[in-house]
Amino acid sequence: MLEKTKTPGFIALLVATLLFLILTRSFAGTFGFLIVFGIPYFAMNDLPPYATLQEKIGKYAFLSVCTIIFIFLILPILVIIPLSFNAEPYFTFTEGMMALDPSAYSARWYADILRFGMTDPDGTENWWNDMWNNATWIRAMRNSFFLALVSTLLAVVFGTLAALGLSRPEMPFRSLITSLLISPMIVPLVITATGMFFFYGRTMQGIIPGYENGLAQTYLGLTLAHATLGVPFVIITVTATLSGFDRSLIRASQGLGANGWTTFTKVIMPLITPGMISGALFAFITSLDEVVAVIFLADVDQRTIPRQMFSGLREQISPTILAVATILVLMSIALLTTVELLRRRSERLRGLSPG
Amino acid sequence: MTDVAMSAPTNHAPLIAADGVPLKLKLARTTRRMKWRAFLLTVPLVLFLLIAFVMPIGEMLYRSMHNPTGSNVMPQFSVAIQDWDGEGLPSEEIFKIFVEDMTAAKKNREVGKTIGNLATRVNYEIPGSRSLFTRTARKTKNIKEGPYKEALLALDQKWENPVLWRTLQRVSKDYTLAFYLAATDRKYAENGDIVSADPLYQIYLPILFKTIWMSALITLFCFIIAYPVSYLLSTLPLRTSNLLMILVLLPFWTSLLVRTSAWIAMLQTQGVINNIMVYLGVITDESRIQMIYNLTGTIIAMVHILLPFMILPLYSVMKTIPPTYMRAARSMGASGTYSFIKVYFPQTIPGIAAGTLLVFILAIGYYITPALVGGSDGLLISNLIADHIKKTLNWSLGAALGTILLVVVLVFYWIYNKLVGVDNLKFG
Repeated sequence: MLEKTKTPGFIALLVATLLFLILTRSFAGTFGFLIVFGIPYFAMNDLPPYATLQEKIGKYAFLSVCTIIFIFLILPILVIIPLSFNAEPYFTFTEGMMALDPSAYSARWYADILRFGMTDPDGTENWWNDMWNNATWIRAMRNSFFLALVSTLLAVVFGTLAALGLSRPEMPFRSLITSLLISPMIVPLVITATGMFFFYGRTMQGIIPGYENGLAQTYLGLTLAHATLGVPFVIITVTATLSGFDRSLIRASQGLGANGWTTFTKVIMPLITPGMISGALFAFITSLDEVVAVIFLADVDQRTIPRQMFSGLREQISPTILAVATILVLMSIALLTTVELLRRRSERLRGLSPG
Repeated sequence: MTDVAMSAPTNHAPLIAADGVPLKLKLARTTRRMKWRAFLLTVPLVLFLLIAFVMPIGEMLYRSMHNPTGSNVMPQFSVAIQDWDGEGLPSEEIFKIFVEDMTAAKKNREVGKTIGNLATRVNYEIPGSRSLFTRTARKTKNIKEGPYKEALLALDQKWENPVLWRTLQRVSKDYTLAFYLAATDRKYAENGDIVSADPLYQIYLPILFKTIWMSALITLFCFIIAYPVSYLLSTLPLRTSNLLMILVLLPFWTSLLVRTSAWIAMLQTQGVINNIMVYLGVITDESRIQMIYNLTGTIIAMVHILLPFMILPLYSVMKTIPPTYMRAARSMGASGTYSFIKVYFPQTIPGIAAGTLLVFILAIGYYITPALVGGSDGLLISNLIADHIKKTLNWSLGAALGTILLVVVLVFYWIYNKLVGVDNLKFG
């Protein structure tokens, strides 16, 4: 039955595609046409049999619009991957790349990530040492990961404790405190960074031993700034995990004679761990992506990956940025997968989802 | 427990626990202890944020009103000038102190206490007055004895202008609203009244309104784009929608800088979109469209970056709407459009409120994307703040602009809190 009702539509699609091809005489254009109108065609199968023609056209248009929006969402991210293999120093597809000529592609920008900033990129002696210590991007990556790890740790420890308090039914001033703890996400970064620029750089001078010149241009200052920005994400994800938390489990464990610590480690922790990990990943990626506070607070030696990309995009645009971007995209894919798996595991544990 | 205690007849003795304490008292104590325990868990983070976040912002607010340049550079003069009534020129005594302070300040090399600092500060109020101060400061050491007034006027006739002295009197006060006036394109007139600045010099209010207007536009675009997608995602079977959700979440997880550079690659004149259009023959090679480093580029990139913040709340609300409602409306004779407007749409309003407010709040403070793809006409208020802090070093003005932006954002955050509630913020 389904096949039969679909046949006229299929012929219509074919005719339309052919017409488009003849009119525009472009294969690339026809390919785009096929994506925008072909995908909705294959998605059109859950309409009720009583649907009118008007409704069918409406649904078809709706699905086409959605296809275009999904392309809008994902295309810019996918486009940079082939562009980063450009043999020429441009941000655009060359003729050779369009013709799939192998010599138009090259991994030179990936080598450039390692080589840029090295004292002697072609030397053999101490090459690894030189790369590790002097290459600009490598240095930026080390800074980024160090900052992200330490600030995430801080955000997760403080954030989880606070989320445990906030999710208790007897918590006083809950909405006030929650608004305060979420506000680093809401207050524009420029304002936060400006305040930190004044406070860490000037007012903190001579207060902390070992930091007589204040916290600006120190790793400590940057870590505090990034931990602050990561806190809201930990709070949000951990409280979300705790919202479905059955509080009678705590009473059951106490009734069976467990003390507070045992209850926490054996009952509460295993249930909130997925939320903590998602929160940690959010905080991690926030710190890894943060650039405004770094612009305001960091020294040249403390440049992070996004800071390096920022100045690269402002000063000399080279496909090295796209190579770094590609690596970052792959990393986001890995992180996203982890978070999704964790979310499903958490839902399965709490019996919320069919799987 | 509470009900039992409260419904106990008052003429009876209160219920007593095993250790002889009234039950009501004991309950109150336990509740108080539990409240404290919950509160104590949040204390470390609250303290941490107070030091690392709230106090910095407090300092910014303070600096927007507190500028001690005048009293730093000329400590005696800034006290003495306050006694002057503002009529004619100050007395000989004040002139003497002024010359002495000027001579002393000329020797000062400490950052924030040099003549240059004061000259810059006065220059904000009277543009073009900077050189008068540096020039005079070089010569005041030659004035050994009175009358100081004549000697100073002999150095430069401009010191005869009472407006200059009234400005100095204002600048000598540590606390000032002058930077808020500047940030709202107003200034002190010669007679001390507050007037709006020359239309040619009005920059900040127009940029602030442009920022609000552009954020509203971006929010509208995000809403128009996100609504159909969220509807689709919420109606598809879970497995399909989870797959499609990746297309929404991947941009969300991808670095802001990556997405901005991707849009530069897409939109520049030699970029992907222009190339495709030239290839398709829509435009010729000469008439490539300038889509980036202007307002258009900023809007496109920001819509893309903020879109997930609209889709996620809309999706989570739409997922809870039972499809049977629409079917019921249809079965009772409503048309598709009518049942959508009357039955479906009203139920999505909580999601719309959450999404639009969040996107608007995030858009209004955006800095990176406008700075990279905005060119000169895509700049927003955040870029001006950053410029004053990092480049022109007019920190007080930057702080005043920041305070104004902060107030705008907090108003919308308050509305968000009232309408949606921060507890309902979720990702994924």
